[in-house]
Amino acid sequence: MPTSRLVSLTEAIARFAPDGSSAAMGTALESLIPFAAGREIIRQRKRDLTLIGPISDILFDQIVGGGCVRKVRAAWAGNVITGSGYNFRRAVESRNIEVEDHSNLTIAMALRAGAMGVSFMPARTALGSGLYDTNSSLKAITCPFTGDAVTAVAAITPDVAIVHVQRSDEYGNAHSWGNLGVTREACLASKHIILTAEEIVSPDVISSDPNRVVTPGFRVSAVVHAPWGAHPSPVPGYYNRDHQAFIDYQNESRTPEAFAAWRAHWVDGSADYLSLLGEERVASLTLKMHALAEAVDYGY
Amino acid sequence: MAIDNTYGQVSPVPAALARADQPQRPYTRSELMVAAAAREISDGDVVFVGMRLPLLGFQLAKSTHAPNAVGVYELGIIRESAAPEPILTMGDLPNLYRAQWLADTADVMGLLQQGIVDASFIGGAQVDRFGNLNTTYIGGLEKIEMRLPGSGGACDLASLAKRHIIIMAHEKRRFVPKVDYITSPGYGDGAGWRERVGLPRGGPSTVITTLGVMRFDPDSKEMVLASIHPGVTVDRVVESTGWPLRVSPNVAQTPAPSAAELAMLRRYDPQGYWTSD
Repeated sequence: MPTSRLVSLTEAIARFAPDGSSAAMGTALESLIPFAAGREIIRQRKRDLTLIGPISDILFDQIVGGGCVRKVRAAWAGNVITGSGYNFRRAVESRNIEVEDHSNLTIAMALRAGAMGVSFMPARTALGSGLYDTNSSLKAITCPFTGDAVTAVAAITPDVAIVHVQRSDEYGNAHSWGNLGVTREACLASKHIILTAEEIVSPDVISSDPNRVVTPGFRVSAVVHAPWGAHPSPVPGYYNRDHQAFIDYQNESRTPEAFAAWRAHWVDGSADYLSLLGEERVASLTLKMHALAEAVDYGY
Repeated sequence: MAIDNTYGQVSPVPAALARADQPQRPYTRSELMVAAAAREISDGDVVFVGMRLPLLGFQLAKSTHAPNAVGVYELGIIRESAAPEPILTMGDLPNLYRAQWLADTADVMGLLQQGIVDASFIGGAQVDRFGNLNTTYIGGLEKIEMRLPGSGGACDLASLAKRHIIIMAHEKRRFVPKVDYITSPGYGDGAGWRERVGLPRGGPSTVITTLGVMRFDPDSKEMVLASIHPGVTVDRVVESTGWPLRVSPNVAQTPAPSAAELAMLRRYDPQGYWTSD
């Protein structure tokens, strides 16, 4: 048997997301966002990180606000239901961070190229756009077969992918379901993978349904038990999106002073996150109705 | 519901508009815009659904005149039915319930790239006379006045769908002769541009704003005012546009939402998060 990869969140971030490293996060887009890991990055005062992702909702805004970021390679950074990400805006407008602007398709292709072990993937998007003009990872080439103009998207190989999943065994074999975004290619493209999981389950549970495994466990470096680790984003099968938290965050990040107060309360305080949320709020987000899939037969 | 009044967001409009034939059923300008957006969807269309108002527009079309439309969402979701409960984002769990397919972003982007997505919807912050959209840098990269969230999937929808529909607030600062940065390509500098840069198809078909509906001249690819919303004058639309806007000789009035459309809209947005003024 392999050795257990189960560690604390503190240890996982300390070991596999050092200063100066590049991290793919928020890979399922609007759900399963690893917010607990983001808060731990801020708590550990990481510096000079490169954040990689499609749209991260407010995760990248928080980590940028924590002063941890040198560069963002992403398609979008803001607050999905309210608009601007104020920390991100301030950092870009004052030129404190560098941005490589992608689209969701080009970031998916960049990570897929990394996952496939090739230096680029072709796409047909972005020609003529400002993304194409300003992003040195996008180059026009002529298809050798059709003669068409094609966008070559350079591979991205993050140092670490930090991914939240529903359930994992201690060896890093994990089930994830719902929309997956760019999670599969982000994991395979990365040198290390940190999984944060709602539940740690026995290997038998995971191996009973291999089609639902998000990435092979032997590629995973660390597994962290992190219940409610994606709050306020939704986790299929576990909890709904906490819209109010995103609405509140608009004011909590509007000024540097407001963000400092947010950080003191939610990140640097000694109180446990779930007790900060409170029982009533937690109860309001749990599933009101279950919808179980039919079992499938892997017998022989 | 307070929403962020920055670029990239449709500004709330204070007064609800009363409908002449149904004074007891006022509707908001956002409801009018969503109804207009829904009418851009034909039955059977494969629709790439964007965030915010388009989420409602698809739900509305699906529940009224386009029951066979298929919804594609960039998170990796395909739906053949409207979500069973109100949703504020496409990742809300009701939007996953009995979806037709839950998959990867690359899978749904592949459908777009193949050319089988009929229509898509994009919100804009700044637009120009050829329908190029900017949601990245106001002032441009050299002289950043404001950083906006960026493309998300918008550049891909504008590059690869057969047509895309733009939904945004109509203000002079947003309707500029030439955008500072092209996040989502329209017709560039006019006819022939998309072919020249190598985009395989498509382009904007419609711009739905807080004041009216614009379409594009088939030859010159320039934006043309096609209809004005009830209570809005042509002059006001022209004055709110940063270039001499062409006006169709047959400019019409945007049809008000029907009672059935309003009832459905209020079912899908009961708190008026997206549609209250």
